[in-house]
Amino acid sequence: MPDPTSPAARVPFGETERTTAIAFALMVALFAVAPVVVYPVFLMNVLCMALFACAFNLLIGFGGLLSFGHAMFLGMAGYVCAHAAKVWGLPPEAAIALGTAASALLGLVTGLLAIRSQGIYFAMITLALAQMVYFFCLQAPFTHGEDGIQSVPRGKLFAVLDLNNIWVLYYVVLAIFVGAFLLIYRTVHSPFGQVLKAIRENEPRAISLGYDADRYKLLAFVLSAALSGLAGATKAIVFQLASLTDVHWTMSGEVVLMTLLGGMGTIFGPVAGALVIVGLQNYLAPLGQWVTVITGAIFVVCVLAFRRGIVGELAAWWAKRRA
Amino acid sequence: MTEIFGVPTQALFGQLLIGLINGAFYAMLSLGLAVIFGLLNIINFTHGAQYMMGAFCAWFLLQYLGVGYWWALLIAPLAVGAIGVAIERTMLARLYKLDHLYGLLLTFGLALIIQGVFTNYFGSSGLPYQLPQEFAGAYNLSFMFLPKYRAWVIAVSLVVCLGTWYVIERTKLGSYLRAATENAALVQAFGINVPRMITLTYGFGVGLAAFAGVMAAPIYQVNPQMGANLIIVVFAVVVIGGMGSILGSIITGFGLGVIEGLTKVFYPEASNTVIFIIMAIVLLIKPSGLFGRAR
Repeated sequence: MPDPTSPAARVPFGETERTTAIAFALMVALFAVAPVVVYPVFLMNVLCMALFACAFNLLIGFGGLLSFGHAMFLGMAGYVCAHAAKVWGLPPEAAIALGTAASALLGLVTGLLAIRSQGIYFAMITLALAQMVYFFCLQAPFTHGEDGIQSVPRGKLFAVLDLNNIWVLYYVVLAIFVGAFLLIYRTVHSPFGQVLKAIRENEPRAISLGYDADRYKLLAFVLSAALSGLAGATKAIVFQLASLTDVHWTMSGEVVLMTLLGGMGTIFGPVAGALVIVGLQNYLAPLGQWVTVITGAIFVVCVLAFRRGIVGELAAWWAKRRA
Repeated sequence: MTEIFGVPTQALFGQLLIGLINGAFYAMLSLGLAVIFGLLNIINFTHGAQYMMGAFCAWFLLQYLGVGYWWALLIAPLAVGAIGVAIERTMLARLYKLDHLYGLLLTFGLALIIQGVFTNYFGSSGLPYQLPQEFAGAYNLSFMFLPKYRAWVIAVSLVVCLGTWYVIERTKLGSYLRAATENAALVQAFGINVPRMITLTYGFGVGLAAFAGVMAAPIYQVNPQMGANLIIVVFAVVVIGGMGSILGSIITGFGLGVIEGLTKVFYPEASNTVIFIIMAIVLLIKPSGLFGRAR
């Protein structure tokens, strides 16, 4: 649903390949040195949410499907990962993989139900399915209801890297983020990504060309769910906690906001959006409920006047300057 | 004591009644959503917040002005409806040319703002609303006691829902509305002021939500969060019923309320999720909803 008049929609990302490479290098470099000056746990939260938003963006920005229930993938993976690490005593890499797989499976089931409808229906169905998952997590014994799964052990990655060391943990999280980011970039630029875009632009035509639109959309949905799960599982290891917050519908709204604010359909937008929103929540936390009001206000402003988002506007400005 | 399927009849009918009450609210809210969706093509995420505002409006009137339930039933829908009209004119009207999903996002943001502001001033614990004197007591139906107010809620919501159905399906005004739903440009060419009709439709849908809020105030406590969780269930109800059928959303609303009530009796663990499970099943069998047209 990105605004078709925006340059970001016409050129794949509003950026040429060279500028994308430069921007990517800059982003990784910034994240690599940032923990020297910024609190690493905060940055890891940003990275997890950025990954979550990138996964979400894969669906809305390139598939044109607005999911309003992505929190179920984030939260479910968090629970599975935390349970695997704490109760089953699995090493972190296995726990994260298991969490990701659980979300991919959940994505397959919910995707099969939701994918046949479009637009507003799709949003409402995903929201309702996510609410069902929320109630499941509220009642299922292994999630410990309101308490969540606490003091999840971080353990040693591949039995070598001790994740209790905050620096080791930080660079592992950064590596996960970068790996997933590149995977998304690769997906979007692959023939698969092109077909996805074609379906977004004109589904009947894509079908008439012989593409099984539903199968492509389902695959994109499962991939997005799995990557959201990766974000959720990593988050559970970082905070040593899996809680209801991550499955609640407010989280589904937040990821929409991050992507919208950063720029839907741009490759760096979700990262910028996640940085701003997590930063806001972190520094405005003393304001209590006003944060909700501010979040809502950003939503309204973005929809009314700032639909391209931060990165989209930047790309448009850049394109105009060069023209 | 008599039993049905091993459940005391008292409990069974009690839950059935609660189910009917919940169903009355599902029906009124999903009806408003369906009316708004029909003409504006947006899903009004603010609906839950507007329902909550209706309840608060009644509470304000009683608390600060001493204005009672009956006037609140009239004033709250008008006041909240007026706010809805202002929202439509200043914000929603700018989005009609864009993808409909932007309307969803905008109303979601507005819902967050409204709920946040109310939570700030009133906390998240409920405020009690005094039941009007006239409704004290209950009818004895021999097999159960029916509190007067509950009977009133079911009766009024039925009247409101069927009245709305009648206006839309059987009157001249309704025919304009249905025609504009099909083809707004053509209706406008016939000299009907479609933008004004859209504004008033939104105002009406919002007013209906506020009306439901006033009805809910004496039953549930007045609480800033009261609309937030309800609206998601109502979304599921709308998906099950299928968009675009007024009668369908009324029947689905009441029906699902009753099913939810029965689930509380026979398998309480699933009472929160049963509506979503039904939604999943309906989607598998009939993706456009029970009463919806394929689109």
